[in-house]
Parts: sequence; structure tokens; C-alpha cells
Amino acid sequence: MKIDLSFTLNGSPINTSVAVDRRLVDLLRDELDLTGTKIGCEEGECGACTVLVDGQAVNSCLFPAPEVDGKHVITIEGLGESDNRLSELQQAFVDQGGIQCGFCSPGMILSARALLNENPNPSQDEIREALGGNLCRCTGYVQIVDSIQTAAARENSDD
Amino acid sequence: MSAERKTRIVGRSVAKSDGMELACGAPLFCEDQLPPGCLHARVLRSSYAHARIVSLDVAPAEQLEGVAAVLHHGNVPRVMRTTAGQGAPEPSPYDFTTFDSKLRYVGDRVAAVAAETPELARQALGLIQLEVEQLPAIIDAHKAQAPGAVVIHDEPDARVVIPVTYEPQRNLVAHVDFQVGDVEKGLAAADASFDREYSCHYAQHAPIEPHCALAEPLANGRLRITTSTQVPFHVRRIVAQALQWPVSRIRVIKPRIGGGFGAKQEVLIEDLVAFLAVRSGRPVFLRLSRAEEFNSRTRHPMHIRLRTSVSAKGELKSVDMNVLSNTGAYGCHGLTVVCNCGSKVLPLYRWDDIRFWADVVYTNGPVAGAYRGYGATQAAFAMEVQMDEMARALGIDPVQFRLQNHIRSGETSPVFQALGEGGEGVAQNIGSNGLAKCLRQAAKEFGWRRRPRRQSKAILRRGQGMACLMQGSSIPEVDMGAASIKMNEDGSFNLLVGATDLGTGSDTILAQIAAEVLGVEMAQILVTSSDTDLTPFDVGAYASSTTYLSGEAVRKAAKTVAGQIRKVAANILGLPVRKLSLAEGQVVAADGQSLTLARIGASSLYEKDQNQIGAFASHTTQKSPPPFSAHFAEVEVDTETGLVRVLDYVAAVDCGTAINPALAEGQVEGAVANGLGYALIEEIKLDERGRLRNGSFREYKIPSTLDLPKIRVILVPTYEASGPYGAKSVSEIGINGPLPAIANAIFDAVGVRLRQAPFTPEKILAALKAAEQESS
Repeated sequence: MKIDLSFTLNGSPINTSVAVDRRLVDLLRDELDLTGTKIGCEEGECGACTVLVDGQAVNSCLFPAPEVDGKHVITIEGLGESDNRLSELQQAFVDQGGIQCGFCSPGMILSARALLNENPNPSQDEIREALGGNLCRCTGYVQIVDSIQTAAARENSDD
Repeated sequence: MSAERKTRIVGRSVAKSDGMELACGAPLFCEDQLPPGCLHARVLRSSYAHARIVSLDVAPAEQLEGVAAVLHHGNVPRVMRTTAGQGAPEPSPYDFTTFDSKLRYVGDRVAAVAAETPELARQALGLIQLEVEQLPAIIDAHKAQAPGAVVIHDEPDARVVIPVTYEPQRNLVAHVDFQVGDVEKGLAAADASFDREYSCHYAQHAPIEPHCALAEPLANGRLRITTSTQVPFHVRRIVAQALQWPVSRIRVIKPRIGGGFGAKQEVLIEDLVAFLAVRSGRPVFLRLSRAEEFNSRTRHPMHIRLRTSVSAKGELKSVDMNVLSNTGAYGCHGLTVVCNCGSKVLPLYRWDDIRFWADVVYTNGPVAGAYRGYGATQAAFAMEVQMDEMARALGIDPVQFRLQNHIRSGETSPVFQALGEGGEGVAQNIGSNGLAKCLRQAAKEFGWRRRPRRQSKAILRRGQGMACLMQGSSIPEVDMGAASIKMNEDGSFNLLVGATDLGTGSDTILAQIAAEVLGVEMAQILVTSSDTDLTPFDVGAYASSTTYLSGEAVRKAAKTVAGQIRKVAANILGLPVRKLSLAEGQVVAADGQSLTLARIGASSLYEKDQNQIGAFASHTTQKSPPPFSAHFAEVEVDTETGLVRVLDYVAAVDCGTAINPALAEGQVEGAVANGLGYALIEEIKLDERGRLRNGSFREYKIPSTLDLPKIRVILVPTYEASGPYGAKSVSEIGINGPLPAIANAIFDAVGVRLRQAPFTPEKILAALKAAEQESS
């Protein structure tokens, strides 16, 4: 059974219909061609599929697509500046070695976005707490935490 | 290269060349690139540890609407081979075929389906009727060679393709034995001797991207395979072998890879999508589920008996290392991993007498394979814990004890000659060696012996431990890497390498080497890697080889291209070649004249003596210079719960010249994190019937941000004359430290020696209880 769905995706309105049991990650990847959201475990444990729904980081592999009706969804593709520039957060991940293989990066960056929206100046411990649900096997997290602190500092100095 | 000299781009932490695309979530990974009309594959797997197929009825699955192909042992040719992505002829036994009528572990392939959707494929699997005769299963490696044990590989066509011991009728995959000097005499004669047993467990690589592969039949009769692999050229060869096709009909493309750590050195699913694509005439994609990934390949569990002797003054005398390695149901990497137990651990110290002997056995457990560290992880645990025990027994500081005994520059070890990739190795003298510096700098940074001592009555007790490590850099006289460079009319260059960037940053550091030689900025080097139609050959990303081996191929190709550029410039300027050099995107003459590379590129392509400036270069090596490392850890042990918290971790590493220090540090940080997981929380658990009990991230925890301290890495520069700009390897060595460093720190904290990894709360409480009973 399909139901109609209207939501805002990366700032643009989307009107579509989805099967009631469709997962948000499949809607994004298979129907809207936004493959930046990754599939790592399909059980809500690795965080590679993290997207923002109304500003909250959620695992899109567990999130039913119909539930985004009327909401604002941000994926990694929607995080950059309008003029094709990377956001401060993405740029900091590039500059500070927060990316190795890059497979966890979209989810990691979106979890960091949710954190910085709530807490623009987090400590190392607060960053580690906020990213506890995003697994990375490459980095040991050191340079990821550095990247987020760098982004926070840059964003704060922009204000 | 013989002398150290100042470099411009080499040695700088430039940003990763693919970082921006990855940060944007661009469609760079295999699953991001599925063509329209792509079928989805699923695999039916054995739920028996050991069974013979009596009957298999796939007709109901084939008849399901939307199913395009069903494969099984009855309709796929039997070609014995290995899944190990190694150079040919492989040192791993040919004990595997795409589908067999015998099932040898829980998870072994029964059938594969391609259907219009993943759901349909899954539904089709449920319609397949399988009837088996169950056989006795061997789960415990110690029982594999017991008299009367069931034979796991009783098929007559299992064989080895290099001359090594292989006795499948005894479940024996490999046997290695060498001795230098007289170990028994040396053990008996010394002032003190030690004899302990250690064990290491099953663990999984857990790349966040599981194995993925896409096969597309092309109109010209060829097959294009896009796959998440560390070994694209070996994939091409092994898939061709399975299909019984010429290599020329297959093209393998490696997109961006979401981590590998050795798991993707296996050709694990490419044969399935290839057969399904050929059978259906359609593109076919397969991604392993996380549960399948956990049961894909593992680290070899090992039991190690280590005997050593030492003089009262602390001079090491004799060593006898005996290993029993469990390769699971198939023998991939069995021989070579166990050889590395000896070859990457024993040469670290000076010994008078050395014996190394090992058996690798089949069981009906999960299949072991390549895993970062590759045997050195397991053997370094035994060695470095015993070194700690020896130092304490002699009353010598463990750091001092290592400083006293480690191998020096210019020295050799008989192990290099005796132990290679299955057969004999290659003798070498140690070139660069920064181990003493690593020990001193890391000890200082860590505050070794300056931290407060443990309080024997407290509930939470702190302790410190350390370990020393070595690895290698590529496989000498086996591995080959190649590169080609061509120049464009704007002074940019296409660098084509077979080397396989699996997230490590090798595309970036290889571009740095080319940019350094050619005197240009990073943006002028356009890297294409790992496409078997386009790029030169490379064995792939394993054996810590890319920087050292492929990097030197790039340097050689760039040197040749630089020579060609100077020649063209010399003709234009009317000056001798020797007066010209490349710098800042120009050719500069001694008299101050200069030409831009764009001018030279345009001239060579359009104007005068038209000729494509470009070159190929290949590189092999007679050496495998070890990187060295010293690790220090501080832990806090909760004596009531048995929980171990890692409070601090310092790793100093000598990787020669770090081509890109930030990337090198990232390699060490990631390797240490993985090693800490292996030491404390990661373990694949099997039930008595060989089934995985914890095949998910919920049950098998890998370290998260909350489980790790801020790992501190110190790069200790040395100059390895045989490597590009003095570089050695860095990717694997770091994973070997945490097991022994943490075990030694736990001993320091609570006085119990843990020799069975991982160090779970249950084991710690049991050890504390045993120690208490002993003392009372």
C-alpha cells in the first residue's frame, strides 16, 4: 500500500508516494537518487545512514519514510553552501583528516551538525558523547573530533 | 635515492585528494552506481557446520516471478581455486570452488539468486529445498588432528600450487619448521628461561561498508565488475579462473572503498555476481548483509607456546615459538599468515638460537583470512608479554630491556632468510631503524615510570604497560607495483596507478611523490587508480606495500617524465639538458631563462617534434624494510567489575619519511583503535554447533568514540634509503601494540597475567579470584 507524502528535502519541496513500509534510506537512495546516505548495517547501530529530520540526527535505515511527512529532512547533499561551497563542517573534515575511507563521513558530519546546532562550542567529551552512535573503523576518531572542534571554532568566528 | 634532501610536497600534510567529494556524499562507492535494470543477488548459506548435500531443489525459486537466475553446485563448473587475493601462483591451497556439494561451515554457500528486487531474491532463497547428511564437525582447533578426526577437505581435487606441505587428509593446511642454532641447549643453559602459552581469538574486520560488487555484461561480450576490493588485478585473474574465461574478457574497476583491513583482500563475492550476470545477461549487484559480513572472513585464532631464555644480565639467548593456527573451513592465507608470526616478530630482537614451527589446521569454524597485522598481531602478543615477564623477573625496566636487545641498523636476522611467503624468505640487513628513538620519545611523552604507582587495596587500580613492534614493507621478490604518467598541454599530468586506495589515502601520497619530482602543485596531478583496463598492474593494497613499493614506481616514472620534459625544453631553449631543472611548474635554466610546463606540453603535442611526454615504471624489491614502533598504555582496572578502561595511549612509530604526516598519523590512530577493540571487547563467539552468536554491531561491539582515549601518535622520522623519499610502511604495524601493551598494563595494575585474549571483565575477575586463592 502506498501513501502520499510531502516534505522538505534539503530546502526543496518533495511530493511523492511511498509504500508504508518503506525505509527513509531507501526513499532517499533508490527513489530520489541521493546516495550520499550510506547503508552500513541496516539495524541502526553504525550510524552511516544518519540524516537530519527537523534538526535531529536519525538512523534512516530504521526511520519509516512515511514519517517524514510535513518535516524538514537534511542529507549530506544538502549541507553545503548554495554556491557549491562546502559547509564549514565538511571543509573542516577535509582539512583536519576527519575523512579516511569516507563511508561513515556523511553520517558523522550530520551527527556533528545536529550537535553544533544545539551546542555551538562543544568540549571534546561532548563531541565524543554526541558521536557515540556513529562508528568509524578507519580513524580512531582522533582527527574526527579535531575536525568538529575546528568547525565549531570557525563557525563561531564567522558569527 | 641515496641522500636525504629537502622536499617541497613530500612530508607535508596536504588534504586528501578525494576528501572534498567524500565530504559531499558524491556517488563514489559501488552501491551508489547501480545501473537501471540492475538485478539484486542474495546467497543461501549453510546452517550446518559440516554436511553433505543430499538433494537440492531450486525449481520453486527459479519459477518465482522476478527471479532471473539461480546458481548452485549442479549448474556452475567446478574449478578448484582459492579466494585469497595473492600473487600467482598463490601460496594458499586450492580448496574452494564457487559451489560445492559439501558444506564446511555455518555460512558456506549453498546457492545464489538474482532477482528484480532484494526482497524477491530473499523470498526465492526461502523456496529452495535443501536436504543434507550432517557430518561430525570440528570446532576446536586442538581436535582437528586427533586420531579419527573427520576429514574436512576429503575432496580429491584439493591441492596446493606451490611446493609446500599440505595434508588435507589430516586436516593439515600448512606446516612450517626452521631452526637456527640449538634451541633446546640454549634454553637449558641460560640463567633464566620462560615457557608460557598464549591464545588469540576470532575477530572481524568490520569495515563500515560491507563487501559490495556489481557485474555488468557488456555488448561486446566482456564483463565489467565494479567491486569494493583491495586487489582489483587479483579479482580479474580469479574471476577469469572461475568463469574459465581469458582475463581479457574481464574489466575490474575499484571505486572508492569503505574500508577493507584485509577482508577485501579476499575475492569473496565477485565470482557470484559474475556468474549471475553472465547467466541472466543483466547487471547484478550484491552487498553482504552485516550478519554475512561478520561471517565473511576473520582473524586466524591462534594458540602460541613461547619459550625463551635470557642471561642474568638481560641478554636474550634462545627463542622457541610454536604456533597452532586455525584457518577455519578454507585455507586462504593460512600458510602466509602463520609465516608472518615468525618473520614479523622474531627478528625484532637478537637471539643466539631460534626455532619457529607451526601447524595450520582446518576446522568447521568461520574462515580466517588476511587481517591487518597478518599474524604479527597474534605473535607480538605472546612475545611482548613474555618480554615484560622476563624484564620483571630480572628486575630490569621493560623499556631498558628492549633497548638492550633490539635489532640495530646494519644488523640482520637469520629469520629474514629462513621465512618468507610459505617458502624461504629473502635475507636483508636492517636499514633505517628508529626504534630506540621511538622508545625514548614515547616513554617521555607518556611519562613512563613517572606516574603514580598502583595502590594494592583500592578498587580502581591503575597500571602501565608497553610493547615494541615491527612489521614489513611489501613482500620482497614477490610484489610488483607499476605506474604511468602522461603530460597534458596545460602542464598537468595523468598519474595512473594500479595501487588500490581503500580509504588509506594512497592516491594522495602517490600524487605527492609525482608532484615532488615534477615540481608541480597537487592540483596538477590527476590520479586514476585501479582500473584493470586503464591502469598498470599492481598487486593491490596488502602487505603494507603501497607507499614503499608503488610509491617508488611512481617516483621512477616521474623521474623519466621529468627527463623527457627537460629534453623538450633544452631543444626549445637551445641549452644543454644538464643545465635545466623543474621547479614551480616551470623548467628553469641555470642562466635564469625559464619555460612553463604548459608551454612545453603544448609544444610537444601540437608544435615541434610532436611526441606524447609520458612513461611507465614498475618496481619490485629485494627488501622489506620494517617500520618500528613503541606503544605505551595506561589502564584503570575495576577490581569489582573487571572492567578495564584505557586512560592513555601513546604510539611512536618509525615509518621512515612520512610522505603525508597527517595521513600517517591517521593510519596509526585507526590501527591502534582496532587493536584496542581486539584486546578488550571484540570477539566472534561460536556456539557448540559452529554458529555465530554475535553477528551484529549490537552484539559484537567495535570501539566507538566513547570507548577510546585520545590516542597520541608520535612520528619518529628516519630515512630508509631503499624507499621513495626515505619512506617505509605505516598501515599495519599499529594494530599489533594494544594486545601486549594492555595485557602488561593490566598486570602492572592488578598483578595478574592474562595470556588469553580478549581481556574481558569475566577473565579479569576470574584471574583476580585465582590469584587471591593462591595467595591465601
